[in-house]
Amino acid sequence: MIYLILFLEFFKIGLFTIGGGFAMIPLIEEIAVRYGWMTESEFFDLIGVCESTPGPIAINMATYIGSSQGGLLGSAVATLGVVLPSFIIILIIATVMKNMTKNKFFKGFMEGVKPVIVALIMSTGFLLLLKIAGMTSDNVFNPDFIQIIIFCIITAVFFIYKKTAKKKMGSVFIIMLSAILGIVISVISEQTGIIPTI
Amino acid sequence: MSELFITFFKIGLFTFGGGYAMISQIKEAVVEKKKWLSDDELMEIITIAESTPGPIAINLATFVGYKRKGVKGSIAATLGVILPSFIILYIISLFLDSFMENKYVAYAFSGIKCAVAFLILKAGIDLFMKLPKKIIPMIAFSIVFIAMIIFDILSVSFSSIIFIILGGLSGIILYSKGFEKEEKK
Repeated sequence: MIYLILFLEFFKIGLFTIGGGFAMIPLIEEIAVRYGWMTESEFFDLIGVCESTPGPIAINMATYIGSSQGGLLGSAVATLGVVLPSFIIILIIATVMKNMTKNKFFKGFMEGVKPVIVALIMSTGFLLLLKIAGMTSDNVFNPDFIQIIIFCIITAVFFIYKKTAKKKMGSVFIIMLSAILGIVISVISEQTGIIPTI
Repeated sequence: MSELFITFFKIGLFTFGGGYAMISQIKEAVVEKKKWLSDDELMEIITIAESTPGPIAINLATFVGYKRKGVKGSIAATLGVILPSFIILYIISLFLDSFMENKYVAYAFSGIKCAVAFLILKAGIDLFMKLPKKIIPMIAFSIVFIAMIIFDILSVSFSSIIFIILGGLSGIILYSKGFEKEEKK
């Protein structure tokens, strides 16, 4: 029963997404790979799409994965699932438990969760970086030089922009820049064979 | 009611990057234009939204909707903020696979993957900076970080929700006494 699985899994994700959108990336990656809904590589492509389209990334991911697994109804139940926990908790706080966020057990729980969430996000980013650099889990050293170059360029551009413009670069801009770099550098390397490809 | 829906629909449609990017838009729409909330009320809601599960935009929409028009208002505002994403991503989901078969699109996405790695790492580092630099959170961070890397290398499948629950429970045991003391002071 794909609709029930989609609803329950995304409900769990909504419930445990603490501290904003990026916290659920590791959780969604786990279920998407575990159920065989998409490969890890497709998953990171999807994050690129969801970050460069409007709206909260959690809703974007739920809609896309729901639709790819169960059509329109699938996307509706997945989105409903990811939204409901927040909706219910906020209604409870707004109506009966105005001081819930000041409760010592609630505060203790949230404090304990924070470092775990940060570690989950960091390890996801770090592992993705290792994969780009060619360290795969099957122990084959297979670096993608094009991606390593692009990663270095956007990191450099980000910090130079931050220093000179005193403003932070938006994530949409970073994604657009990397997409253009992806096309340009791949085409150059295809034409000239200057960069070893895999 | 329809005003709530339309206002949050616009917020959902025009904010990129989710979460914190949406806060400034919501402030502009809800506090400055519509005067539905005062600055202080919005700050209070943001604090609550940050310390409850779920996407911040949804938390804010539900709360503002409820304050204005009760449960019906909260449904209208939440639906409003979700619908643009839902419609856009549903349409994309119908085309993305065939779109990806194009060589140049695949090239673009090989670049985008680097941006995604960069953005995730950046989010992780930003959040790490905000963690209290005390011994217990640092130990918890290190344990989970190292465990996740080892699990990945060994291809062990493991639900990170277990880490979250364990972290929360140890937080209750370690901190709730401390918060009690704070309140007494």
